[in-house]
Amino acid sequence: MSQDDDNNAYWSANVRLILISLVIWAVVSFGFGIVLRPLLSGITIGGTDLGFWFAQQGSILVFLVLIFFYAWRMNKLDREFGVEEE
Amino acid sequence: MDQFTLNLLFVGASFALYIGIAIWARAGSTSEFYAAGRGVHPVTNGMATAADWMSAASFISMAGLIAFTGYDNSSFLMGWTGGYVLLALLLAPYLRKFGKFTVSEFIGDRFYSPTARMVAVICLLVASITYVIGQMQGVGIAFGRFLEINATAGLLIGACVVFAYAVFGGMKGVTYTQVAQYCVLITAYTIPAIFISLQLTGNPVPALGLFGEHTASGEPLLAKLDQIVTDLGFAEYTVAHGSTINMVLFTLSLMIGTAGLPHVIMRFFTVPRVSDARWSAGWTLVFIALLYLTAPAVGAMARLNISELMWPNGTDGQAVSVEQIESDPEYAWMATWEKTGLLGWEDKNGDGRIQYYNDANADLQAKAAENGWEGNELTNFNRDILVLANPEIASLPGWVIGLVAAGGLAAALSTAAGLLLAISSAVSHDLLKGQLTPNMSEKSELLAARISMAAAIVVAVILGLNPPGFAAQTVALAFGLAAASIFPALMMGIFSTRINNVGAVAGMLAGLIVTLLYIFLHKGWFFIPDTNSFTDADPLLGPVKSTSFGAIGAAVNFLVAYVVSSMTKETPQEIKDLVQSVRIPRGAGTAVEGH
Repeated sequence: MSQDDDNNAYWSANVRLILISLVIWAVVSFGFGIVLRPLLSGITIGGTDLGFWFAQQGSILVFLVLIFFYAWRMNKLDREFGVEEE
Repeated sequence: MDQFTLNLLFVGASFALYIGIAIWARAGSTSEFYAAGRGVHPVTNGMATAADWMSAASFISMAGLIAFTGYDNSSFLMGWTGGYVLLALLLAPYLRKFGKFTVSEFIGDRFYSPTARMVAVICLLVASITYVIGQMQGVGIAFGRFLEINATAGLLIGACVVFAYAVFGGMKGVTYTQVAQYCVLITAYTIPAIFISLQLTGNPVPALGLFGEHTASGEPLLAKLDQIVTDLGFAEYTVAHGSTINMVLFTLSLMIGTAGLPHVIMRFFTVPRVSDARWSAGWTLVFIALLYLTAPAVGAMARLNISELMWPNGTDGQAVSVEQIESDPEYAWMATWEKTGLLGWEDKNGDGRIQYYNDANADLQAKAAENGWEGNELTNFNRDILVLANPEIASLPGWVIGLVAAGGLAAALSTAAGLLLAISSAVSHDLLKGQLTPNMSEKSELLAARISMAAAIVVAVILGLNPPGFAAQTVALAFGLAAASIFPALMMGIFSTRINNVGAVAGMLAGLIVTLLYIFLHKGWFFIPDTNSFTDADPLLGPVKSTSFGAIGAAVNFLVAYVVSSMTKETPQEIKDLVQSVRIPRGAGTAVEGH
């Protein structure tokens, strides 16, 4: 495989990872926290429902996990494709 | 020792610390002034970015807005943290690889157009100056409180301090100072929250206490709060009352805006490597989350405390008496805050008691008629004072109150300094050296940078005297502007080779102009009061408030850029190569100065 093909494969792997991460990002905040909150209203937590928890705590915790997961996965991908910094 | 001396001591000591560090790490060259020589570890950088980022809006204003609105203002929490996901995934590593000093340099090079760079500078200046207005509001309130003067005088004194402080050094001085500021800020925010959480729920972690049990009543804290606020005729705390569409758009605007703010993005130019840029965004969010997970607890618990203070015998009993407010030390904070002009009460019906309730609520109007109340008597409670007043409201020891004053100032100062740096580098580096006078010496570039800082402060003070909203709301407008202009251009520049020079310029201008127009129509032209045609209570476009418009502005930007690009000449090959190289980490050298 030429270097160009390699780079393209690296980029599409990256874009795929970004898309997956952004779906999770949107589901926990805009989804569970706002639009889908009525669906979660049956699950109570501390005097309110799970949607409220996602809006004020849960989404932030998921964001944290997402960023570290992405950084770890990408740094690994860099090495697999041999595009890491010297 | 009285409270005033104690506040002065804490604020004075923290300032001495920052100034000491700034002198120790004084910027010598232009490269150091802007980007700290790129020798900053991701954790250090994360901490400094967190201090830079968490401003008067996060520290002083946000919990107050949540306290008085409840669930509907969760947007601030999700928006101002979720933006870091966008930043880490979509921008930071690539901009680090590109390796220039400023955001507009990237836009100028990627869209091979000095015009694009100029337009980016203009977008950046508009967003940053709006942001500084919000900071000056916060500075005014903090200085007003701890010097016990009114907020306007506090604003003027604060402006002088911010200026002296920002002029001292550039990024290098600022990076280490900001690490110190982060430590002061987070301690000041967390300690009172822990105390209050222990008082109310017995749980030392406020984020858990929020969902814990209210020890005095044995009910869950949030259920107790919902009950008290509805008894007083206010909207239920945990329930959504606003429009879902507006909440989604508002959250999205804050997220996109976070990833489009120049002073935050600039931070990621200062890490040594591309992989560090990825980690750095994560560390930044760790340090931000420490405050953001606590903020909703601060808001809810303060709301409960205030309601109980105003109704010491329960909502069915007698309201607090004027005599008690004047003599009981538990209520001393009310008199101190009255001096700032941000808190007020009036015994309208002359019964010697202060009834606090929602006088627009029909049920409460009936109750009021029955009991001879003549309207809500806690006539003024500025949301922005809540966090600073919180330790006093909960009767915490004096040193905690002093610490919070120092923390609020640290938050406002660190962000104001970072923004002024972004503004001054845009003017001196991008506008003057990049465009108008390329042969400028390093010395006159630094001079121009400092003059532009002074000019930005003056503008911010003038506009800050009549702010368009509470501090966090003013700041939200700045995010809308950054969301609509800078973020789409950066993202398209990295993820698409198709977007060309004309498309990018058209997109940025379209995004900026529609958003600015929408804001001015609702908040008044240049924020001058009474020049608005619409209000956020009844916005032009259905439920979309002016603070939420940034997301629509960004969509306009993307659309216009795409359509215009597809009608005009294709991007040249060397630019496509540039985009390819930005996408691959290998070969990232240290950044170079561009012209």
